[in-house]
Amino acid sequence: MHSKRGFKIPVGPQHPSLKEPESFSVALRGEKILGFDMRLGYNHRGIEKACEERTYFQDIYLIERICGICSHSHSTCFIQAVEELAGLEVPKKALYIRTLIGELERVHNHFLWLGIAGHEIGFDTLLMYTWRDREIVMDILAALTGSRVNYGINTIGGVRRGVTGEESKKILKAMDDLEERTKYYIELAMQDTTIIRRFSKVGILSKEDALRLGAVGPVARASGVERDIRRDDPYAAYGEVSFGVITDNHCDVYGRTIVRLKELMESFKIIRQVLKNLPEGAIAVKAPRKVPAGEAVSRYEAPRGEDMHYVKSNGTDKPDRVKVRAPTLANIQAVKHMLKDRFLADMPIVIAAIDPCFSCTDRIISTRDVDTGRSDVMTWDRLREYSIEWHRENGVDFSKIKTKIR
Amino acid sequence: MTKSEEIKNHLIKEFGYLEPAARTQGPRRIFMEAGADKFSEVFGFISEGMKPVMLSAITGLDEGEGLGFIYHLSRADGVIINLKTTAPKTNPVLKSVTRYFPSADVYERELRDLFGAKIEGLVEGNRYPLTDDWPAGEYPLRKDWKKKEVKDAL
Repeated sequence: MHSKRGFKIPVGPQHPSLKEPESFSVALRGEKILGFDMRLGYNHRGIEKACEERTYFQDIYLIERICGICSHSHSTCFIQAVEELAGLEVPKKALYIRTLIGELERVHNHFLWLGIAGHEIGFDTLLMYTWRDREIVMDILAALTGSRVNYGINTIGGVRRGVTGEESKKILKAMDDLEERTKYYIELAMQDTTIIRRFSKVGILSKEDALRLGAVGPVARASGVERDIRRDDPYAAYGEVSFGVITDNHCDVYGRTIVRLKELMESFKIIRQVLKNLPEGAIAVKAPRKVPAGEAVSRYEAPRGEDMHYVKSNGTDKPDRVKVRAPTLANIQAVKHMLKDRFLADMPIVIAAIDPCFSCTDRIISTRDVDTGRSDVMTWDRLREYSIEWHRENGVDFSKIKTKIR
Repeated sequence: MTKSEEIKNHLIKEFGYLEPAARTQGPRRIFMEAGADKFSEVFGFISEGMKPVMLSAITGLDEGEGLGFIYHLSRADGVIINLKTTAPKTNPVLKSVTRYFPSADVYERELRDLFGAKIEGLVEGNRYPLTDDWPAGEYPLRKDWKKKEVKDAL
């Protein structure tokens, strides 16, 4: 589209830097961004509505799948609200284990982010290094919970698995290894010219703007806003462990990198304390199927910032309303601001620097026939049949492939 | 007295009409309700007079007869003030709060798409989160809306 002031170019719905759909409309004059508009919602799956039709126990698993990274954050945030409504006294050991998994998740997220940030500036060695190191924490999570991402550790009233002495030793050893690696990355961030010059003065967000635009998590903290739900509104075992809230005054992508790296060091500190002081006793209390009527607001410091859930119960086994506000939604206005008057080439790293995650509800595939313009809704089964048929026509016959589960 | 009780009492002192529905839940949660005519002054007071405060989210509720809207205002000390207002289902009009919190933009668009709220003062822009060809008058988070209707609507 051509206008007097410059060009307006559409970017997306395939994301320019991440593997999620997202549509941007960028008004440009030369290389400079004059205006920036986003179209969100491509990942809207109707989870809030779906929650109302399922029981609290079913909802835990649905909620855990809101995000592919912060799965534990969402499920913990949700069950905290449900436990408050049901008046449950969660055993201390369960709270400690939730904290442990939460911090391991943060470690996994921050390593993942650092790799992506490296990739966005063409520093793929950093991606290879950090993602290799990230495997250490992924293995730990898989060993503890049985899964790398959707841990399924939470249940209403506690957690589903404990931590054995043997596992505890393994975690401590892994934390030592990761701490050493993190120290190296901090040194790298402090000294490497590529990182310093490419991240500095890019995606600037002043403290005033961060407060005005409601930024959360590492984005806010890198602009000097000292806000961390773990300290301000403590949940799980955070009231009983000591850790620092990391802030930085660079107010740019560089600051966001420093904050996340230093936060890793705090996470190791928390994990060690949790394992050292892990209480004895039960890991869960029995939870009622029906939850008395009421409403509760729960918050959680996800790796990407404040996650908020509101749950309203009506005395049945299904919630009346579940509202989820994930951290990225709170950071959206800040991104718009960061890109104004900046260069187009900065767009991928600026967007990646808020560590966005565009997720939300029910899976429906809508198709539109190009010739007739007729639209149709495909169910999961029909989509599967269509896929098998399409591949068969193109020379791949899945029915002939014999797969064996070992 | 907990922090939340202190803040609740302070707000009741300013606006006496908040008292009947005001309650605290734990040390850091306050729930309050203000009628449509009084909402703006209470909201303005909290946003301007209790800084720094952040709008964490806006929750829409289908309450049968009418719609409820809870504005979750979080303070730096960890306390969340959940200020609720209501609007009739037939004409659910809300005033935009984007002049206090620019981040409310996307929360208000969500209320418009999922509950059919009419937001006065919200600038033109993309809808969120539903698709551009979503049929008019279909608000998925209202209780009378059922999933199967999507297929018929398309």
